[in-house]
Amino acid sequence: MAARRAERLVNLVICLLSTRQFLSAERIRDAVPGYERADGDPKTDEAFKRMFERDKAELRDLGIPLETGRNSAFDTDEGYRIKRGEYELPEIEFDAAEATAVGLASRLWQSAQLGEAARSALLKLRAAGTEVDSDAPGAIPSLDAADPALPLLLDASRRSCVVRFDYVKAGDREPQRRTLEPWGVLSWRRRWYVAGLDRDRDEPRSFRLSRITGPVQTAGRPGAFTRPPDVDLLAMVAGAAEDARWAKVAVQGSRAGNLRRLATSERDGVLTISFTDTAWLAQRVTAAGSSARVLEPADLREAVVARLRAAAGVAR
Amino acid sequence: MTAPEQRVPRLLAMVPYFLARPGVSTAQAAADFGISEKQLIKDLDLLWVCGLPGHGPGDLIDLSYEGGTVSIIFDAGMSRPLRLTGEEALVLVVALRTLAEIPGMASSDAVQRALAKVEAAAGGAVADSTVTIELDAIQRLQPVLQRSLAERRALALRYYTAARNETTERMVDPLRMFDADGRSYLEAWCRSAEGVRVFRVDRIEDVQILDEPAAPPADLELRDLAEGVFRPAAEHLLVELELSPAYAWVADYYPVETAQEVDDHAPGRLRIGLRVSEPAWVQALALGSGGEVRVLSPGWLADAVRTDAASALAAYDGK
Repeated sequence: MAARRAERLVNLVICLLSTRQFLSAERIRDAVPGYERADGDPKTDEAFKRMFERDKAELRDLGIPLETGRNSAFDTDEGYRIKRGEYELPEIEFDAAEATAVGLASRLWQSAQLGEAARSALLKLRAAGTEVDSDAPGAIPSLDAADPALPLLLDASRRSCVVRFDYVKAGDREPQRRTLEPWGVLSWRRRWYVAGLDRDRDEPRSFRLSRITGPVQTAGRPGAFTRPPDVDLLAMVAGAAEDARWAKVAVQGSRAGNLRRLATSERDGVLTISFTDTAWLAQRVTAAGSSARVLEPADLREAVVARLRAAAGVAR
Repeated sequence: MTAPEQRVPRLLAMVPYFLARPGVSTAQAAADFGISEKQLIKDLDLLWVCGLPGHGPGDLIDLSYEGGTVSIIFDAGMSRPLRLTGEEALVLVVALRTLAEIPGMASSDAVQRALAKVEAAAGGAVADSTVTIELDAIQRLQPVLQRSLAERRALALRYYTAARNETTERMVDPLRMFDADGRSYLEAWCRSAEGVRVFRVDRIEDVQILDEPAAPPADLELRDLAEGVFRPAAEHLLVELELSPAYAWVADYYPVETAQEVDDHAPGRLRIGLRVSEPAWVQALALGSGGEVRVLSPGWLADAVRTDAASALAAYDGK
């Protein structure tokens, strides 16, 4: 961006922050340096309009709450202003330990775009007078956020924007066009997923980001759908395979550690485990011997009982 | 150089930044903004010609950067930074929530407090669970383990020993971390075993960094990892197994001492002998296989498999 444009935008923000009245485009043109009329050129009105439209879009992209309205019923044109209360970051202060936590958190996102958002957030917090140490030593997990579709899907989920993309299903070779109301993105087992309502199938579905081919496109305006309350992204993704089911296994004693690590949750000694292959899970439950007992489903229970019978009778 | 689209947000943050830090050095400010001092001066020169409509001497931003420090004399109404955008608030809130998941963080209260403050400052604009991050064991534990090594602090581990198929709690003095065969390991002095032990990171169930310093014996010599992580030893138990063809992989997977076909009438059935340091994993293998892996000797281990299977079966009776 040319320095002149940066200068003009800063002046525009200062101008619109300083006014309580809505300012018409013409008033702004007079008040903000950089929009000056070049004498005698009939094209300049058109040029100003284009320039001003671009500048307004730029301010909105930066998250600046640009308000439009009329000061009275007699105003012929819409005017503009920025409400100070909506522009300014509210008061915020961190103690030393909190500041360390925020500094560490800002380092979690390693991808270019999301990392940039974290850094600009930090910049604003610092400009609000907080001391945030982004170099503080400490423990942060490594999170690969390099999927090119991630920033856009995250943004679309946040703003309830419908998205379209080409997706290669596991086992398929040709991509299929999908239209999705994204409810959210999930990182699970080091992979990113997006889950939501598949509009063509009219069913909740989840998609692995690495299977999306080509660019993700947004379709329509933000706020196009309402995210259902109590969406459980993990349950959607973990149970995503067409034939995935849930098992409940009661565990006790120290020998169920292997099963515990397979489980999505543990409540009152009962593990909830997502599985597709009954024999696969039966082998693991049986390996825990008397430390594990299948509560449901029935076919898993039968498979485990059969294995236990064989082990009880054959091993000698 | 920084990307041009970052310049306007940076310029908007600059006046409030210097207002909040009177007398801050240009070097520190440049570091905070992630730019060179030269770029910082360019930015300040640009701000200096910006100001309120009218743009007379009293309307323009007034600042000075004499002697390596910056002070703002007139801010033209730019006293506070712009609020967080939805994306900025989201990445920060999600990162803090993720941080709160890491065990052994001394200051998890601070993470929660910071989270509440950021959410409040974002005006509650952060939709719950739009982004969910489920960390796996290594993502959760590696940072804590690395920190304990860097700070030379002892650890309390809850560890699942596959060989004994049980979970134990122990205090260890961490020595090093390494990767082998695609897995991450922690090597540490185990205080209860009084010896060096290798822990698979994905089998650590919980970890706490202790206040006390790590104190492994001073004369420890770490072995050369090129020799392999695990080696069978002569003093380990010799176990004889009979494998169905479906379990023939066991013979390839573990260092076996003997392996032979059982007889011509059952092609593919193998009889193997291998040394194990912990018999419990053999028990789990035999149980899980449902009769495909049979323990031939020692007799007490074969009995243990049968007895445990019978006791597990009893739990299903009448259900």
